[in-house]
Amino acid sequence: MHKVVQSHATEFALLAVIAIISIVLSFITDRFFTLGNAFDLLNTSSVNIIFAVGLLVVLIAGGIDISFAVAASVVQYVAALMLGWMGGGGWISGLLIAGTLGVLLGAVNAFLIHKFRIISIVATIATFNIYFGLLMFFTRGVSIYNLPDWLTSRVVLFEHEMADGSWIEITLPVLVMLICVVATWVFITRTTTGRQLYAFGDNPEGARRFGINIGGMQFIAFGWLGLMAGIGGLIQAHYAQEVVPNALYGRELDVLAAVVLGGARLGGGKGSVLGCVLGVLLISVTQNGLNLAGVSPYAFKMIVGAIILVAITLSNTSIEKLLPFMRQEEGRK
Amino acid sequence: MTGRESAKSGQKPLLILRNINMTFGGVRALKDISFDVLPGEVHCLAGENGSGKSTLIKIITGVYRPQDGAAIEFDGQTYAHMSPVTAQNSGIQVIWQDLALFPEMTVAENISFQTLLGRWPRFVNYNGMREKAVKALARLGVTLDVDRPLKDYAIAQRQIVAIARALVGEAKLVFMDEPTASLTQSETDHLLDIVRTLSASGVAVVFVSHRLAEVLEISSRLTVLRDGALVGAYSTEGMTQSRITELMTGKTFDQIVRACNAGGNPVVLEVDGLSRPGQFEDISFTVRRGETLGITGLLGAGRTELALSLFGMLKPRSGTVRLEGKPVHFSSNRDAIAAGIAYLSEDRLSLGLIQPQSIADNLVIASLGKITSGGLLSDSRKRDLVAQWITDLGVKIGLQGDAISTLSGGNQQRIAIAKWLATDPKLLILDAPTVGVDVGARAGIFDIVAKLAETGLAIILISDEVPEVYFNADRVLHMAKGRVVNQFMPADCSLAEIEAAVYA
Repeated sequence: MHKVVQSHATEFALLAVIAIISIVLSFITDRFFTLGNAFDLLNTSSVNIIFAVGLLVVLIAGGIDISFAVAASVVQYVAALMLGWMGGGGWISGLLIAGTLGVLLGAVNAFLIHKFRIISIVATIATFNIYFGLLMFFTRGVSIYNLPDWLTSRVVLFEHEMADGSWIEITLPVLVMLICVVATWVFITRTTTGRQLYAFGDNPEGARRFGINIGGMQFIAFGWLGLMAGIGGLIQAHYAQEVVPNALYGRELDVLAAVVLGGARLGGGKGSVLGCVLGVLLISVTQNGLNLAGVSPYAFKMIVGAIILVAITLSNTSIEKLLPFMRQEEGRK
Repeated sequence: MTGRESAKSGQKPLLILRNINMTFGGVRALKDISFDVLPGEVHCLAGENGSGKSTLIKIITGVYRPQDGAAIEFDGQTYAHMSPVTAQNSGIQVIWQDLALFPEMTVAENISFQTLLGRWPRFVNYNGMREKAVKALARLGVTLDVDRPLKDYAIAQRQIVAIARALVGEAKLVFMDEPTASLTQSETDHLLDIVRTLSASGVAVVFVSHRLAEVLEISSRLTVLRDGALVGAYSTEGMTQSRITELMTGKTFDQIVRACNAGGNPVVLEVDGLSRPGQFEDISFTVRRGETLGITGLLGAGRTELALSLFGMLKPRSGTVRLEGKPVHFSSNRDAIAAGIAYLSEDRLSLGLIQPQSIADNLVIASLGKITSGGLLSDSRKRDLVAQWITDLGVKIGLQGDAISTLSGGNQQRIAIAKWLATDPKLLILDAPTVGVDVGARAGIFDIVAKLAETGLAIILISDEVPEVYFNADRVLHMAKGRVVNQFMPADCSLAEIEAAVYA
């Protein structure tokens, strides 16, 4: 048990913080602690979790990406236009188009970083501006409302009315999110390529000496994030039932904060899918709770910022220092 | 080519190199080198920095391609040149000085890292990796928790992990580049035991080290390079440290005890009953003007912790420190620097110098107050100060604005010393000043230390190499388990006496 807590200190710290916040919120508002609300949370967090697991892969490989959220907006817009020309399409063609476009936009980042040796944060700030600028220029900020029916109609995979009258629902975004989470987990923990990514992020020079293909690693990491951004973009359009060019603008920092909160290290080699999902959920739980408690939305950012600081401090000071019985364990070693 | 020895007992060499030439941009890095390694032997490759050792290793491992006419024979196969892949596949493994390990990954993953390689994704066989890792460690007679991340282990264990990784790669020949540079004496002994185990199991080891004592202890044969040319290959039987130094540098160094009596000089530092529980207890000593006090002891003796406490970076629990008679309490190292204490850290490369910055900027960083003019930094004053120290300490540099990383280890160390001297200290603490510095440069550093002592500076010299303190300090304190257990006067006792006490 001690070993498990120690090796997953961040995840336990996050769970503890989520539990504490949930308990506090359940006293403040009676709506919070219902299954219905929990499933609501899952539905609304899906897109962010999809983005987050994608970004996690880039962080593990030692990079960072600021452009993925606006890339997702570009994908939404272009995919919506293409589907219109095609005369409708469906979920399969939609996901294929969105995924491919996302991978392409991610590959642009990888190309700039690998070919011209631009630091990833600089390269992606540049592409962030280019992608968003192009999108706003060509669309003139006009939203698309007449999306194909299949894209805008809610897909409920499971629903059930609870005794308290609330509904629990699992919608398509949740299913897609689960697939993305599991796929990312399998990819980075169970495949040789995933482990090479960790090694590359951890010690790039060491990885190079073993003959790991450095350029390949960049393309795989940014390609994976691109894929997730594309899928997330389409799902967001489905969830919002419209395509607004600047709807995702600014989302990159929320997601980045959540992923770092989840234990990923800026600098590479470290991070887990579970931590990343918990990081997103912690922020969503807080926002949802504050919402239900009737706190002004203008105060959200401030409170979320404070929670990020507290949670990061908790996970950095390591559980041992906070729990007395752990300290004894440490002393005996 | 003097003293060249034919392979003993008629054994056919595992590795034979002939006619190895290598030129970098017009500079001949290697001139007509021949080099043999016998199966299962421990062979030492000796030479000063820049003598061509690393270039030779890189040729054997396929990183560089030698000029035409070279002949490489390994394990019965002849090659015109190696490639990294052929070298690895045929059983040549290198343990680089920086180890090339992955701290966030588990011990098992690090040891069995080769199973993770390959262009196309496969599922990871964690059980297989674990088994391989445990088996490789068992061959070395070591047990580590293979599921823990490598970062939980100290440098000595990481070294072992790197060796275990070479074993997984079915090594027949392992190159170890300065494997003991950052290890303490007891860790080094353990590593040397492991090297013996390795060699007994039939793996040949080529050992590169600056520490001549361990070269003599571990290896059966020795190849010496100087300025890119072969000096010769020798048996280590009957070889002495001073003879190796002579071969490496082409010069003779007489090691004499410099110790003199500074007993009449005024006391600069007086430490009385200083304790920091768990690290050091009840330490009392004095250092006088112009005196060099040596402190030696094994890992965990509390040497570095004591030094950091004197320098204000750790807080002692009890006891007093007097500087020129006045009690001092430092709440940070800024106070200590202001009071006239300078500390040259153990880990020069990561802590002492800022590698990408220029020589000049590194030199003045601790004494910026002296080069201002009207409250702003003055470039001309900086240039003068830097020029003065570079001449005083005889540092070989290109331009003041060159990055410090362009200098050799010995010259970097001089800059690090100059940085502190520029603060006009009363007391200079040198913590393991020669780690990673080769023999010729070491002599240069200790010449500087001796000259500084003559000018009246009080010096504390910390080292776990007993000869270093024996030959360069006036008095030697022996620390063990946080206490001063002995005091020696090098003028009145032999090196063997101190060594026996310390390594007992």
